[in-house]
Amino acid sequence: MTPPPGSLLAAQELRKAYGPTVALDGAEFSIHPGEVVAVMGPSGSGKSTLLHCLAGIVPPDSGSITYNGRELATMSDAQRSALRRSEFGFVFQFGQLVPELTCVENVALPLRLNGTSRKEAERTALTWMERLEVDDLRKKRPGEVSGGQGQRVAVARALVTSPRMLFADEPTGALDSLNGERVMELLTDAARSTNAAVVLVTHEARVAAYSDREIVVRDGKSRDMERVV
Amino acid sequence: MSIGHTLLGLLESGPCHGYDLKRAFDEKFGHDRPLHYGQVYSTMSRLLKHGLVEVEGIEPGGGPERKRYAITEAGITDVQQWLATPEKPEPYLQSTLYTKVVLALLTRRNAADILDTQRAEHLRMMRILTDRKRKGDLADQLICDHALFHLEADLRWLELTAARLDKLAEVVVK
Repeated sequence: MTPPPGSLLAAQELRKAYGPTVALDGAEFSIHPGEVVAVMGPSGSGKSTLLHCLAGIVPPDSGSITYNGRELATMSDAQRSALRRSEFGFVFQFGQLVPELTCVENVALPLRLNGTSRKEAERTALTWMERLEVDDLRKKRPGEVSGGQGQRVAVARALVTSPRMLFADEPTGALDSLNGERVMELLTDAARSTNAAVVLVTHEARVAAYSDREIVVRDGKSRDMERVV
Repeated sequence: MSIGHTLLGLLESGPCHGYDLKRAFDEKFGHDRPLHYGQVYSTMSRLLKHGLVEVEGIEPGGGPERKRYAITEAGITDVQQWLATPEKPEPYLQSTLYTKVVLALLTRRNAADILDTQRAEHLRMMRILTDRKRKGDLADQLICDHALFHLEADLRWLELTAARLDKLAEVVVK
């Protein structure tokens, strides 16, 4: 199976079942550098499973996932973990910030884990917090900031390592409409400015409207809507 | 949109020429559909006939004469009444899309395909509007949001219908 030319991440014929429940049933996916692709579909359709497989968090039962020309299945667990730490960024709906750390320490955390000095990591963290318009929260702890602010801090943390891939699973699901849209604006602007590719799982059309194109997952099967119209 | 009432409302802030009215209208309300000069002048003639505006002065020029219009008391009352009357909500019961889905089921075509194609078309429009919103001012944001919320409502219907296609088929093909 050959990934589409120029794609950064591509998946073909993905199958994944949890016991008798089929989550993915031949799903396909591909994304190019700098592209924002929305993954849509009803609840339980397999959207999040697809994201977890693409990010190397959950191995598929069969099928191929290629990142930058390398098959994820051929990598060791340690190699996949290193890849996630250095080249992938993640934004989820809830509970991603460490409550004991300040916001700037949270944002700096991925760099610290990669061995960057505290001073250097926090300096870089602060530039990302400025871009996400939350630099004034640097000394606050996650419990002291609003949901929208916390989510922007989480986006800053996801981007602090300048990942080539950003995985966002319902990143605005817990936010009101205005905050959600601002997060999407800042997230997509920041990702585009660094040419990062974004996989955006959402069931909200207004969020998907920030993407370049969408694929729809239904009953574990994916459909690339660009090829439909 | 009632062009007459809108022009009348714009005139309430002070007398002006037909050309200036057109410019004000296009700037505030006509981004995608600017008024034709003919529309402005025919509307102003009608408003004049009904006593809602009056000609305050005529300036001769190299081209056609330029009339300066002013709103009358009757015109102000008319604007007030129009603003205070609620717009009739659209009942949305004559949906072409619904008809297409039912016909597809009746003729044993793939109704899910129709819904998917429509969803892609809606999202395409939502992307254009979202982009315009990002680049625009608050007025742009508000008008785009109005459109985006309507498109979003359509999309929710598309989702719901897609999830109920099997049951709908049973009812329709009976």
